[in-house]
Amino acid sequence: MAHQYYESADLADFPNIEEFARDQGKAFFEYYGSSTGAGKLSEREKSLIALAVAHTEHCPYCIDAYTTKCLSLGLTSDEMMEAVHVGASMVAGAVLAHATQMRKIIRKNEM
Amino acid sequence: MEPQTIPVPTPFEKKLQAASLCPLVSRDIVTLQINAGKRCSLLCKHCHVEAGPGRTEEMSRATLEKCLAIAAGQSITTVDITGGSPEMNPHIEWFLDAAAKLGKRLIVRSNLVILLDKEYEQFVDVYVRNRVELAASLPHWKAEKCDRQRGQGSFDKIVAVIRILNGQGYGREGSGLVLDLVHNPMGSFLPGPQAALEQEYKAELATVHGITFNKLFCLTNNPVGRFREHLAAKGSYEEYMAALERAFNPLAAENVMCRTTLSVGWDGSIYDCDFNQMLGLRVDHGAPNHIEEFDLEALRQRRIVVDDHCYACTAGQGSSCQGAVGKASGVRG
Ligand code: SF4
Ligand code: SF4
Repeated sequence: MAHQYYESADLADFPNIEEFARDQGKAFFEYYGSSTGAGKLSEREKSLIALAVAHTEHCPYCIDAYTTKCLSLGLTSDEMMEAVHVGASMVAGAVLAHATQMRKIIRKNEM
Repeated sequence: MEPQTIPVPTPFEKKLQAASLCPLVSRDIVTLQINAGKRCSLLCKHCHVEAGPGRTEEMSRATLEKCLAIAAGQSITTVDITGGSPEMNPHIEWFLDAAAKLGKRLIVRSNLVILLDKEYEQFVDVYVRNRVELAASLPHWKAEKCDRQRGQGSFDKIVAVIRILNGQGYGREGSGLVLDLVHNPMGSFLPGPQAALEQEYKAELATVHGITFNKLFCLTNNPVGRFREHLAAKGSYEEYMAALERAFNPLAAENVMCRTTLSVGWDGSIYDCDFNQMLGLRVDHGAPNHIEEFDLEALRQRRIVVDDHCYACTAGQGSSCQGAVGKASGVRG
């Protein structure tokens, strides 16, 4: 069987990332659970944030997990796509903001 | 590229063994669930009964009389009527009037849409006078989502009927007339947390449509009937089963509804639940499988017939006709 770097079946292995570093893994899952569960923000709101970040971070596992979670929470495809656009425009904005550096250097160095 | 292989789920019995729950046995018979027939005014995509307007199977008066006698039994506190559309069974009005006299909790699972039909609108009065609890499927609080599963225009019709029912006191706190809604996911994934979804439904239905209901029950789609066909058509059966197995929750397994329920088919056959009924898996392991041979003692101690579709009842928060049965155990995003 041809193996790939990313395999969707590996998502099921996520709970086992504690392996080889139990304490840190445990601490991570506690942190992960408390920061993604309902708090001042609802689980829905947090899942949309996570979905957008999953895209900006290009993580296929997180995209898979949070697309499913958003569907489970009753979010619609247009709501989810809007969240992805927020992520995309933030990335675009951050890239463009860095052009300030480029523009500064151009202004300084060009005759 | 070779296709990825997804492991077949562990046989459900093995999973029960590992959780020290094998054999799964009945605790008692508290709920008598009666399938009044497979005829239905709708033709929903997720229907595990494969009901529809073209079906002809319906419970006879004689079988309903037998069910009534069984329902009078002491241990039974709840009589739960399903279909199809129970309203389409010509004896059901008589049955509800008679069953109400038993003084037990009486539930009808109605698609509600049928109550707009001139031929069936009198059932609103039948329900009110017998203080019948209504449980109705509403897969989503948005029309386009609901209609995709239940048929074009069904959402608006359900909302219109809920408005009529609210007018009679149904779904209003303190009226004693209960209207519960049932959510199921719109595809091959687990339902979200029941409490969170209930909040969402309540807020949206009240503010946008001005209607109210009591509780929301979340059901996991059971891989039988039309939903199984859908999974097969999308090639996602194995993947769905693997997701259900990963979410196996021993607490939910301990509290599966078949441990306190008996399900009677339209022809009087006895099943452990509605899903087994759909699969034709009658009560077994030595217990009588037809109401003509009804034996309360044998049935209340019976061993339950299980198979891999049972994973739908034990995933995450669990799933029963009354929604989630326990807290999810360690489900991670
Ligand atoms: S899900 Fe209910 S309303 Fe829809 S077709 Fe099946 S029995 Fe009828
Ligand atoms: S599918 Fe039926 S028999 Fe299986 S666990 Fe669920 S209620 Fe019990």
